[in-house]
Order: sequence, then structure tokens, then C-alpha cells
Amino acid sequence: MSDMSQTFTETPPSDKVYDAIVIGAGHNGLTNAAFLAKAGLDVLVLEKNDHIGGATVSRELQPGWFYSNCSYVCSLFRPEIYQALDLGRHGLEIVPLQGSVTFTQDGDYFGSYHHSDIKRREIARHSQRDADAVVRFDADLMKWCRLIRGMLLRTPPDPASFKPRDAMEFAFLLKKFYELSEAQLYEFIRFFTMSIADYLAEYFENDLILAHMSGGSIIGTGLGVYSPGTAYVLLHHAMGDVDGNVGSWGFARGGMGAVANALAGSFQSHGGTIQTSADVQSITVKEGAATGVMLANGDHIKARSVVSNLDARRTFTGLMDKADVPDALYKRAQHFKIRGSSGKLNIALDGLPDFPALPKGSPLTLGHMHFSDSLERLERAYDDWKDGMWSQDPYVDLLIPSQYDPTVAPAGKHMMSVFVQYCPADVEGGWDDAKRDAFGKTVIDQISEYSPNFRDLLVHAEVRTPNEIENEVGLTGGNIFQGELSLDQLLFNRPFPGYAQYRGPAKGMYMCGSSNHPGGGVMGAPGANAAREMLKDLKRPDLTPVDFGDD
Amino acid sequence: MTSAATKKPKPKSAIIIGGGHNGLIAAAVLARKGLRVDVLEANAAFGGGLALASSHMPLHPSVRKAAGLKKQSIKPVESIAIGPDGPPLRYEQLPEYKAFLQEYLSYSAALAPLMLNRPPRLKHFDWADAQTLGKAGWAIRLGLGKTAMQEFLRVIGMNIFDVLNEHFADERLKGAIAFDAVMGNHLAPRTPGTVLTYLMRLFHQGGNPRMPAGQTAAALEAGASSAGARLKPSSKVESILIEDDAAVGVKLAGGEELRADIVLSNADAKTTFLKLVGARHLDARFIHRVSKTRTDGDVAWLQLTLKHAPEIDGLGPLMPNQRIVLSPNMRHLERAFNASKYGAFSEAPVLEMMANGNQLSITAAYAPFDLKQGWASGAPAFQQAVLGVLAPHMSGLDDQIEAATLLTPPDVAARYGSAGGHWHHGDIAFDQSFMMRPVHGAAQYKTPLPGLYLCGA
Repeated sequence: MSDMSQTFTETPPSDKVYDAIVIGAGHNGLTNAAFLAKAGLDVLVLEKNDHIGGATVSRELQPGWFYSNCSYVCSLFRPEIYQALDLGRHGLEIVPLQGSVTFTQDGDYFGSYHHSDIKRREIARHSQRDADAVVRFDADLMKWCRLIRGMLLRTPPDPASFKPRDAMEFAFLLKKFYELSEAQLYEFIRFFTMSIADYLAEYFENDLILAHMSGGSIIGTGLGVYSPGTAYVLLHHAMGDVDGNVGSWGFARGGMGAVANALAGSFQSHGGTIQTSADVQSITVKEGAATGVMLANGDHIKARSVVSNLDARRTFTGLMDKADVPDALYKRAQHFKIRGSSGKLNIALDGLPDFPALPKGSPLTLGHMHFSDSLERLERAYDDWKDGMWSQDPYVDLLIPSQYDPTVAPAGKHMMSVFVQYCPADVEGGWDDAKRDAFGKTVIDQISEYSPNFRDLLVHAEVRTPNEIENEVGLTGGNIFQGELSLDQLLFNRPFPGYAQYRGPAKGMYMCGSSNHPGGGVMGAPGANAAREMLKDLKRPDLTPVDFGDD
Repeated sequence: MTSAATKKPKPKSAIIIGGGHNGLIAAAVLARKGLRVDVLEANAAFGGGLALASSHMPLHPSVRKAAGLKKQSIKPVESIAIGPDGPPLRYEQLPEYKAFLQEYLSYSAALAPLMLNRPPRLKHFDWADAQTLGKAGWAIRLGLGKTAMQEFLRVIGMNIFDVLNEHFADERLKGAIAFDAVMGNHLAPRTPGTVLTYLMRLFHQGGNPRMPAGQTAAALEAGASSAGARLKPSSKVESILIEDDAAVGVKLAGGEELRADIVLSNADAKTTFLKLVGARHLDARFIHRVSKTRTDGDVAWLQLTLKHAPEIDGLGPLMPNQRIVLSPNMRHLERAFNASKYGAFSEAPVLEMMANGNQLSITAAYAPFDLKQGWASGAPAFQQAVLGVLAPHMSGLDDQIEAATLLTPPDVAARYGSAGGHWHHGDIAFDQSFMMRPVHGAAQYKTPLPGLYLCGA
């Protein structure tokens, strides 16, 4: 099997002491390692799998087709990191992707075009009032974007601390917030605490448009469209950018593995070492300080600092010896909310499927495609998950990246990525092959309703439930964000109160995964933020980027 | 307060629209300050929705003091959980419950500065607002201490489902506590924010369980009267008189006009601004905010008159100081809620009830205001559903019933003039709390209209 994702088999000499070991070659582990190496540290990255990337991979599971079989689009990745690590030179190219469409059960569709005038005209086809409201909506959303973007590459302050540094960071945040007017402050609080359905209802009335716009807010969450706390997820769709084009999404050319490969290239160009098929069993701690890691094969590799790219539950209940973890922290790690709620289908196609609802030659197949045309259908999909079942009528985010990127499928053929919400980590009686296939069939049946020739074009389909995601990538529960992005697990609470500044309970032990602020979404920010904290502790020059500020 | 406001002459008279408990308390406070107060109540009886509460929490001591009430004789009410999975559970006696309650009471105490003061403005705050903000910060950071503060800041945004699963294994216990966290609102155990709802409830409860209702309405009525307020029953207010963009009085249904220096509305925000004032007197965005508040009730009341005093299987005759909670587990509660999201009532409702003689007062959920099938056909079906879940716990219930009265949310809306017939005048959720309750711009009891104040829930 030849993967686009790279493998590395160097074995380090046994007496060597590294400056830092990073456990896990996911995009945050590699980002973290690259910044440390760039600052002159001697860094080793250890990866359990035979390929790097974690959840940013391109895998050739069907000869000729390369699946981005976990994360599948790129937008939130911080441009500051892209620039600081020179990822363009290391082969990362983001191709902007535009528009989205929701098909209706009665054969119509709503197309959200990138061009704002066309988009407004299309909204007006469904509701004139909503076409007027979208202007107000976009302006408001951009306001919240500006506020939040500036916080991504910063370490959250600790409200329980009286240190000047935390007080200054709070003062910084307060100053940012006070740029808003009194009324805007309340609106911002409401935005952060409302459900997406209630928030959108303040602007829009058409159920199809409401459904189209709220779908993205439930991706990866254990929440429904009516659950408070889903409105702000809108930002995930609005605050990313491709080449400075805010709100745009893109494909990494060559699949998401290109992100990991470029990061690895940058890391190696600064002298870093990567070792794959190196299964770390534990972090060794002596007298309250991390001393290195123990591999499954019994090797002990020494280091002055150890960074875990694993999720917080795994790190503290798996990697670390219970004796090295304070009881209260251990309990927090056990209670860390990291329930999986998403599945994925990666599909090799013999040709481009037809979607008869669309006019011939419509550009809408180039964007995100959805089939949930009402809030009720979205919410009922959530009810199934709450009951421990995959959604019988799921919300899907379907893309065909091969329309842009000829490297991911053979000429004339296509590759389809279908993200599926909801799919539980635990089903009654546990996951088995039959249930996994039944889940896959549910999704394929849904797509077939809107694309009659889709089934005939199927060459190969990889079906991934949270179970597969956990077993392969190591994300507990298959949670794509390494921990739910709920209010109790954001900012200074992420992953746990008192541990939100990337430092673990032992000296020289750090965390750099998406379990940490600002969370998941292939941003690279947790990795960069953790590197900044480490370099501060090591009294090295800080080479991590600050945010570009308002664009 | 701005300098212009302080220069204005102090008001000498006030009209209070609605004689619910908040209207009566406001009347007592203002009358004791020397204002001439008229309380206009549409119904013949005062006390508003208190009449529906099978039991309720005692008034906060500071409120009692301000209203000039004597110490209430509080008779603690014991809550008992019943369900299909075992005998009645007297859960308040369980040590693990007591420990949990203590912890959460301390968190609810940290909310005190925000609950007992005018909600502070966040940017253009005055000295009183600054004090409230300071006190709130103090109560959370120093009142709780570092460890408890961290836990408080973590759980405050959570749902009760996850919190209870962290603490308990017993499904019946979790079902009963979760019931208390969501009851009255369009919320379920898994809805984020239900810990806040629970804390607010605990705050009112103040550690004392509850007391039977009925006495409080009478005490408040007497308190307002003795303070000098004039209570006028059967005086339905049709509209609030607006002159020069200020409230100057009210017009009664009979056409009579009454004037006063200030007008207080005990009605909910939608009723006050959209019906009594009228949208044309207010800014469009303000009206938009008001009209988008979530005020649909999700609870129905069923009053049963039985041949004998009600008895619960395995427990015996129901005492007046016992409250029964039928919410077998959180999954059941969540499923009961699911139906109401789509405009249907719960097939297997959850409920609480108390007895008084041969009367049994039941509060049952979920019963959405906007029932798809309509309440004309829905009401008898929902009543059947309630009796259906009760029957296994009250042998021979069917033959016992002499009379039954069901009040659906639209019935409550009609009787008490509240939009949506909501228990609390609107869902208790983050975005409808504190500085955002009922909406920002009117959250400091003042409204955009000079002379008009809000005093409802």
C-alpha cells in the first residue's frame, strides 16, 4: 500500500537526551515540534502508526484514489503558522472551494453561492425577507469573527490566578470586548449562549434556509440545532480563510495529508527527527519532572521536555502513571467530555454523479452538499444519537474534491468525502462489522435519493464510525475535536480548569493537542500556543507567530 | 443615574398592572416609601399564578423584609421520587444527595449579588452596577475559594445530565434532580444551561425545601394593603397611556383612564410592550428583541378531586408536606421532552404533585403551548396520558376521580394574561437571564419609555 502520508523509520541512539519529545505526529504535534526545532531545540516526534498525520492524512485505500479519510477541508488553519513555518515552500497548497447547496425532499434546492449578489437572489427565491436579513446577518457575524480570531493564538488567562500575567491577559480581553457597544456586548453573550436555531430565528424565517445555515453548527458536536451553545459554532465556518479570503474553505491539494507532510518538511528542515511505528506506552516522571517516554517495545527515550499531542483523557489516564497525576486532575480527565458523534464515508467513484435537482452545469456540485432541508429533520437526527443510535436520516456534508484536485483520483474518476452527523461511539451491544455496514448503507441510501446514478458509480467505500476513528487515529470516542467544544470545555476550562495553559502536572510535561485552547478544526493553534509556553519556560526566543490582527 | 434623572421630581403615585406576587411585593415596597399605589388586577383574586403552584419556595428573607412581611411559618416539604424501577425513594435523606446539595447550594449562593440586585450594565455602569459587579466577582472568587470557583466556572455552562452522571449512579435520583432543574422551562436534562436553571432554583429555595402554596398570596395581599396600597380587583388594564414618549397612566377595559407618575407592569415583556404599550411607541430593534423572547409554556396543571385522600402505592396516604416527583430517569425525561420540540405533548409525561385533603394538584410536562393537533382535542388526550403514568402508582385511581380540571398553557395565558402561559414569564436560559432578562435595554426594570417599569418575572 503506497500512501501519500510519509513514513519514517529512524531509530535514535539509546543514550541520547532530547530537548523535547512530542508524542503523536498529528498536525498539532508537528506544528509544535516545528516551532521548537525552529527555536533551536533538538526534537523527536514519535508516532504510533506507520504513517504521520493523525487525523490529517491522505490514504490510498483503493489503488489510485487518495482519501482524506478523517479531516477533509481546510480553512481554520492559522495563516500566521502557514507563513511562519513556510508551509508553501514545503508543498502545502490550499485550493479555495466555494458555495454550498441543500437539496429538498420535493426536488428543489437552495444554493448558497459565493458571490453575494447571486446568493441574495437565490435566498429571495425562497424568501424575500430572508434576502434582506442576510445583509444584517453577515455584518453581525463578521463582527464576532473579528473578536474571536484575535484570541486563537493566545494562551487563556487563569481566572483563579493572581499572577500579573493572567491579570494582564484579562485586561487585554476586556479591552477587546469594550470595543463593542453596550448593546453589542449583550448580543455577543447571547450569541455565545444561544442555540443556532434560536439565533438564526432572529434573522431568518424560511425553514430551508434555517436548516441550510444551521447544519454546520452541529458538526462534531454532541448537540442538536436547538441546543444552547451551538450558535457560536457558526464562527468555525466564518472565521477561517484561504489566502486572506475570510470565510472561505479550501482543499489541501493532495488531500489533508499534505498539511501533515508540509509540517513534517518544515520540522525536518530545522533539524527535527520523526519516528513512525513508535508506540509510546508512558511518560516517565522522576521527582516531579518528566524524563522521557517508554515505548511499547521497552525502549526508554530520554528528554528534558515531553509534549503530548494525544487527547486529555488519554494523556492523563493512559500515558501518565496514575501516581504522577493529582487525584483531582485524574478525575477531571475521566469526566472529560469526549463523546464521538460523527462518522465518515470515503468513496471512490467511476464518474461524477448526477444531481437532477440542479440545473445543468450548475457550479453547486463544487461545494458542500447537504440533504437536510428542515430544522426538525436535523433535530430528529440528534434525537437518534441521544438514544445511542446513528441517525436514521443523518445530516451529511458531502464534497467531491476530485473536481478541483486531479491528484486524488485517477483521470476521469472521482473521490467523494461524506461527513456524517450523528453517529455514536457506543451503540447498543457495541460496534461490529454488520452495524458499521448498516450505518454506511443508511448514508448511501440517503445520497441515492438525490442522485439516482450514484450507486452505479460506486467503486469502493470506506465506512468509518467513531469506533474506526478511535482505533486508528487514537481520538478517544472518535471525537473529532479531541473533546467537545461546549462552554464548560472552552477557554480557561479547556481541557480542565487550572490546566488551560498547556502545562501538565509534572515539570517539563506539556499538552499540544486540540483538547487545549482553542480546540479542534485543523487550526494548528494549540500546537503553536503550547510551543510558545514551552519556549517561555525554557527562556528561549519566542518564534511563534502573533496573530495578523484585523484584516 | 444620569443628572437629568435626579433633577426630576420624585414620583408621588404609582400604578401597578397586575396583582401577582411580584406586583404585590412592589406595591408594598412603594407604598411604604410613601407613594400612592394602585394595584390593578384583571381577575377577582390576587396572587396570579401562585394559585397554580402546588407548592413553592419561601420568599427570600430580604424580599420579605422589604415587603414588610412577618416571618413566614415555613413548613418543609419532602420530595419523594417514584418510578417503575423500585419503591418510592425518599432521596432527600441520602447522604450522597445531601453532599451534592450542599455543594450546589454554595454555588447558588455565589449568584446572590446578581440575583438580589439590579442586573448591572456591563459597559456604561453606574456606581450601584459597579458595586454589584464587584460583589459578584468577590462572591465567586473569594466566597467560593479557588477550587470551588474553578468547579463553579466549569459547571455553570453545563447541562444537568452530565453533572449528575459525574456524581450519581442511581437513575431514579438523577431523574428526580434533573426534573427540578428543567421544570417549568422548555428545557431537558441534556440542554446546556440547565445547571444554571438548577442553581437559580436552589437560590430561591435557600436550602429550605419548599412550603405549601396558598398562604403566601394572602400574606402578600395583606402586606400590600397594610402598607397603604389600594388593591383593585377585576380591573383589567387595556393599554398603557403614552404621552410625549412617556408612560403617564393606564386605560381600563371599561374605558376609564387612571393617571400616575409612574406605571409598573407585572405582566411579561411581550404583553407589556406589544399589547399594552404598542409597538409603534418603541424602537424597531427593541420590539424585535422582545418579540423573539422564548415565552411558550411547556407545562400543564391537572387538579383532581378524589373520593378519598390520595394514596401512593408503597407509601400510603399522601401528606400535605410531601411532594411526589415522577420522573423515573433522565432518559425518560429527555424523551418526554423530545415530543414537545415538534409540537406534540409527551406520551409518558413527567410530573410532580401534592395533596390537600381529597385534592391532588399535578404539574405535568411536557405540554407545549403551540400544540400541533390543537388543545381542543389535545387536552383530553394529555389528561389521559397523565392518568396513564399515574395509574401504576395509585391503585384504583380511575374509580377515585370525582372531578378533574386541566389547565393547558393557552388556558393559563388566557387566565393570567401572560404570553405563552409560561411559568416564569419566559424560559430561564443564559441568553434570557440577568442583564438580558427580559431583553437588554429593559433589564434594569426601567424601560425605554420614561415612567414605565417592569416588575414581572
